[in-house]
Amino acid sequence: MDSTSTSLSEKLRHKPWVKTAHWIITLSFLFLVFTGIEIMMVHPRLYWGEVGNELTPALLEIPISRNHKRSDWQEKVPFFDSEDSPVSAGRNGEELMFNENGWGRSIHFLAAWFLVVTGLVYLLLGIFSGHFQKHIWPRIKELTPAQLWRDIKEHFQMKIAPPTGGPTYGLLQKLAYMTIIFMALPLAIITGFTMSPAITAAFPFLLEVIGGYQSARTIHFFTSLALEIFLIMHIVMIMLSGFKQQLRYMTIGKQS
Amino acid sequence: MKKKQIITRRAAITTGMASLGALIIPGCKQPLPPNYGNILRMGDNFTYAAHRALLPGQSLAKEYRFSEISSMPATGTINPADTSKEYFSESYERLLSNGFDNWQLPVEGLVARPTSYSLNQLKSFAARTQITRHTCEEGWTAIAEWTGLPLGTLLEHAGIMPKARWVNFYSYDGWLDCIDLLDAFHPQTILAYGMNGKNLSIPHGAPLRLRLEKQIGFKSMKYLERIVISEEYIDPGDIGWAWYNGI
Repeated sequence: MDSTSTSLSEKLRHKPWVKTAHWIITLSFLFLVFTGIEIMMVHPRLYWGEVGNELTPALLEIPISRNHKRSDWQEKVPFFDSEDSPVSAGRNGEELMFNENGWGRSIHFLAAWFLVVTGLVYLLLGIFSGHFQKHIWPRIKELTPAQLWRDIKEHFQMKIAPPTGGPTYGLLQKLAYMTIIFMALPLAIITGFTMSPAITAAFPFLLEVIGGYQSARTIHFFTSLALEIFLIMHIVMIMLSGFKQQLRYMTIGKQS
Repeated sequence: MKKKQIITRRAAITTGMASLGALIIPGCKQPLPPNYGNILRMGDNFTYAAHRALLPGQSLAKEYRFSEISSMPATGTINPADTSKEYFSESYERLLSNGFDNWQLPVEGLVARPTSYSLNQLKSFAARTQITRHTCEEGWTAIAEWTGLPLGTLLEHAGIMPKARWVNFYSYDGWLDCIDLLDAFHPQTILAYGMNGKNLSIPHGAPLRLRLEKQIGFKSMKYLERIVISEEYIDPGDIGWAWYNGI
C-alpha cells in the first residue's frame, strides 16, 4: 500500500485546477500589490487602534510620496475647552497631493474579488480533493527537528532538488506554502474586510478581534510585505531549481 | 490507473458559476448605477450588489465613547466662501455673511410635499447624536460626535413617494451625489448640524452635512444645498471615483 502510493506520487503532476488557481491568484496579487502601494502613497503613515490622521502621532511614517510630512495646514482649532482637547485643522494645497485612489481603490477591490473568489474555490477543492492533506500538510513523522535541520542545511548548501513536476514538496516548502495559504492570505483578506465600514457594521467583532481600523490597516500592510518576501523567495527557489522546467510544469507542460 | 475524483473540474466550475449567479441576482433587483463602460469599476458594482445581497441592511456602524473623540482634519473643500478657490460659491458667501439665517434646504422631486426647510425647522425634529468613526479613502480615520436629524425623518415628513429610488444631494461646492433608499433610511444616516457639541464649523461642512456611517468619508457630503428624490439615477458623469464606497 505504502509503496504503491509513493510510486504514484512520483508520477504526480500539478492538477489543472491548482495551476489555474495559482495563476489567477498570482495575477490578482500583483495588481493588489501595485494598487496597494499607490494607496499607501496617498497616506504613508501607519497607526495602531481605531484612529490615526495627520493631526495625531504615527506609529511609522514611510517616506514614499510627496504626501510625506505636509506642512500647509490651517491653524489648529481645539474642539473643547480642555488643554488636551482634540483639534481640527483644514488642509490647504490639496492640488499638490499625490492621490490616485480614484482608480487605485477600484482596481484594488476588483483584484480582491478575483483573489477571494478563486481563493475560496481553491480552499474547498484543496480540502475535499485531499490536496492539502496529501501534499501541503507535513506528515507528523516528517516534522522532526532533525529533518527540519537537514532541510534548512541543504537550502544553505544550495542543494536544491530538481523539479518533480508535481506536488512533491520538501518540508520547508510545505511549511512556507502552509503559512501562505492558511495564515498570510486569510489574514490579508480579514484585515481588508476590517477596513470596510459596511462589513464591520454587519460584523462588529472584526474590529474587536483586530483591535481597530488602523490596527487592521497596519497588519494589512505588514502581511502584504510578508507575502511580497514570500513571492521573491518563491521566484528565487524556482530559478535555483530550474526556471524553464518549473514554469513548463506549472503551465502547459505534462512531461519533459 | 486514475482514481475516481469526488469533485470533477466540471462540477467545480458549474457550482462556482451557480453560486456567483446566486450572489449577483438578488443584488440586481436594486438598480445599479452606471460604471461608465469602465471595466475597472466593474468590481465596485459587484461589491455593491454583494453587500446589498449578503449584509444585513440596517446593522449599525460602531459607536464610540465620548472620551474616544479625536482630532480630525478637514479636507477637500474647507470654505466655499474662499474667493481664491476654484470651488468658490457666491451664494454660500452671502448666506455665511448672514450667519446662515437665510439658508434653506429644499427637498424636491418625488415627494408629496416639496418643502424648503430652515435650519431652525430642521433642528425642531427629534435629533440623534452619535459618536462615530470617519473613514477617509486616503487611509486616515477620526472619531467625532455628530448631532442631526435622521434623513429618514425628513423624507417621511416631505412625503417620499413609493416610486422613489435615489436620494440626490447637491452641495454649495458643486458636487452631486446620491445614495439608495437602504442607506437613506438607515438609522445612523443623519443630516448633521452639530459636531462635538457645537454648531458644525465651516471646514466640516456648515451649516448642514450628511453623515453616512457605512460608507467611506467623502460620501458624507458637506455644505448641503438641495435634496432631490428621484426614480431614475441622476448622472453626475464620471467623477473619477467609485459610486459605492462601502469598502
